[in-house]
Amino acid sequence: MKILVTVKQVPDTSGKVAVNPDGTLNRASMQTIINPDDLNAVEAALALKDELGCKVVAFTMGPPPAEGMLRELMAMGVDEGVLVTAREFGGSDTYATSQILAAAIGTYGVEADDVILAGRQAIDGDTAQVGPQIAEKLHLPQVSYAGEITKEDNALTVKRMLEDGYMTIKVKTPCLVTCVKELNAPRYMNIRGILDAYQQPMTVMTYETLKDHPLIDKETIGLEGSPTNILTSFTPPQKGAGMMLSGADKATTDQLAGILAEKHII
Amino acid sequence: MDFNLSREHLLIRKMMADFTENEVKPIAAETDRTCEYPRDTIEKLFDLGVMGMCVPHEYGGAGADPLASAIAIEELSKQCASTGDIVATHNGLCCDPILTYGTDEQKAKYLPMLTTGHHVGAFALTEPNAGSDASKGQTEARLEGDHYVMNGSKVFITNGYVADVFVVFAMTDKSKGTKGISAFIVESSFPGFSVGKHEEKMGLHGSPTAEIVFQDCIVPKENLLGKEGKGFAIAMATLDGGRIGIAAQSLGIAEGALAEAINYTKGRVQFGKPISKFQNTQFVLADMELGCEAGRLLTYQAAVMKNQGQRYTKAAAMAKLFCSEHAMKTTTKALQMFGGYGYTKDYPMERMMRDAKITEIYEGTSEVQRIVISANMGL
Repeated sequence: MKILVTVKQVPDTSGKVAVNPDGTLNRASMQTIINPDDLNAVEAALALKDELGCKVVAFTMGPPPAEGMLRELMAMGVDEGVLVTAREFGGSDTYATSQILAAAIGTYGVEADDVILAGRQAIDGDTAQVGPQIAEKLHLPQVSYAGEITKEDNALTVKRMLEDGYMTIKVKTPCLVTCVKELNAPRYMNIRGILDAYQQPMTVMTYETLKDHPLIDKETIGLEGSPTNILTSFTPPQKGAGMMLSGADKATTDQLAGILAEKHII
Repeated sequence: MDFNLSREHLLIRKMMADFTENEVKPIAAETDRTCEYPRDTIEKLFDLGVMGMCVPHEYGGAGADPLASAIAIEELSKQCASTGDIVATHNGLCCDPILTYGTDEQKAKYLPMLTTGHHVGAFALTEPNAGSDASKGQTEARLEGDHYVMNGSKVFITNGYVADVFVVFAMTDKSKGTKGISAFIVESSFPGFSVGKHEEKMGLHGSPTAEIVFQDCIVPKENLLGKEGKGFAIAMATLDGGRIGIAAQSLGIAEGALAEAINYTKGRVQFGKPISKFQNTQFVLADMELGCEAGRLLTYQAAVMKNQGQRYTKAAAMAKLFCSEHAMKTTTKALQMFGGYGYTKDYPMERMMRDAKITEIYEGTSEVQRIVISANMGL
C-alpha cells in the first residue's frame, strides 16, 4: 500500500499581494508557501503511515524550485517526491494540470490498495477542481471534502463535510480523497527529517517522461491545451457599510420592504 | 568564505520559526507570569528532535551540528528566552560533555535517555562560594569501593528541579586544587540527591532554577565522566560550547525585541506621523540591526569552528559577550521606544529586558568573558 499526495506551491497571500499591470498575479515578487489544504492531505497521509507503515509519495507540478517544497514535506515524513516539470506544462489551467498530474500518477503506478489524497482547493485559484479531475481521468472513485478518514482493508470510510452537515461514505481503494482543513493539524518538520530530506529519492518527470501517456497531448496540456481564458482580473471594489434595521414592528418591516422594492429586489 | 546557511540550516530555521510562532509565542507571557516550567513545549521539542539534536543517530539524536542547535535556540529565544535557556542547557551543557567525554557504556545509557527518552539534562558547577572562581568548589566525592559518596551543594542550576540527569563537578582530591576536580553523571534518582531552594528570579521565569544537594549521595564508580582530576578541564571546555548556546539565546532576545520595536514604532503615531519616521528612532533601530547582524556572525562563526574541530574558546567568549551585551542594550532601548506601554505587562518588552539581564551573568559573566578573550590574545 502507498499513499500518493498531490501538492501545490502557492503565493503567500497573507503578505502583500502583488498584481502586474495586466492584472495577472506577480508570482515572482511574492513568497511561496505550501498550499494549506494540501498540508492537511499530507498530514492525513502521514497519520495513515504512522498507523499502517505505508509509503507516502508527494507529487507536484511546477517550476524546478518547487523541489524545495517537496524537501520540506520529506522533512515532515514523506518518503519520496515526484516533481513534474517542463516548459510544455507551463500555463496549464485546472483541466490541463489534472491531465498532466493524472498521467504522472498513472505512470508512477496505482495499485489496488493505494490511496490518492489532495487538498480541497488551492488558495490562489480556489477552484477545487484539480483533485476531482485527476480521479475522473484515472477512472477512480472520489470523495471530496474529507473531515475524517479511516482505512480498513481495501476500503476507506470518509466523513464528507458539507455546509449544513456531513455524509459518511465508504469507498473502495484505489480512490482519491480531497481534504479540508478541519481534518487535522499538520505536523512540523522534525530535525532528523530535515537532515535526511536532501538524501531522499526525488523523481523528476518531464515532458519526455510523460509524452507517450494517453492523457498527454500538446492539445490537452499547457497554455494551448487549457480551455480556460482569463479575460481580465481585478481587485473588487470594497463594499460599502451595510445598513442595520432593528425592530419587530410593522413600521420596520415596511421600511425593509420599501428599501428592497426600491432596489428592485422584490 | 560562504556566509550562506545550508539548505538544511534554512529549513531548521523555518521549522523553528513556525514552532515558535505557534507554540511558544502564545504562552510566553503566561509562562513568565506563572513561573511555570513549559513542560508541554519541551515535550514537543523532544518529539521534534530539538532536545539533544547534536547527539548522533545511534544514540537517538538527529546528528545535527552546533550551528543547527544555535539556530534553534535563537528562534525560540525570539519569543521566550526561558525556553531557549532550557534547550541550550540540555544540549550544550549536558548532552555535549557526555558525548565528548563519556565512555561507550555511558553514552549508550544516558544519551538515549536525553533524546528519545525525554529526560531533561542539567549541569552543576556553581556553588554558593564558587561562582566566577569555579575552582573553589567544596562539593566532595570520596571513592568507597564500587561507588563515590558525594557531599555538598550546587546553586543556580538551570533545569534544576526538572532534570533527571546532571553533569556534576566535585573534588576527588582537595590537595590538588583544580587538578583534584572530577566530573560525574548523576541521576536525580540516586540515593542522597535532593533538590533544594527554587530560585525566584528577576527574569527567565519559565526556566527552572534550583539548588541541588548531595547528602552522602551514592554515585556508581562507572559514572565518573572522563578521568579523575580532569573535571575542571571538562567544565571549562563544556562552558566554551555552552557559551555558543547563550550567545544564540541572547541574539534571539535582541532580534525579538528589535522586531517588536519595528512593529510598534511603525504603528505608533505621535506629532502627526509614525515614530518610525523620526530619524532618532531610525538611528537607534539601525544600531540594533547592526548589533544583531554582528552578533549573528560571531555566534555562527563560533559554532562552525566548534564543528570543524578548531580551537574556539575565544570565538565563543566573544560571541557570548557581544550578544549578551547587545541583548541588554537592545531590550533597554526598545522599551524606551514603547514609552509607558513598554513598562507595563501589556507588552513583552519589560519581560524581554528582565530576561536579557541574566545573559550578561550566567555561563561566565561579561567580566569573565573579557578574561577569557584577553587570555587568548598572547598578552
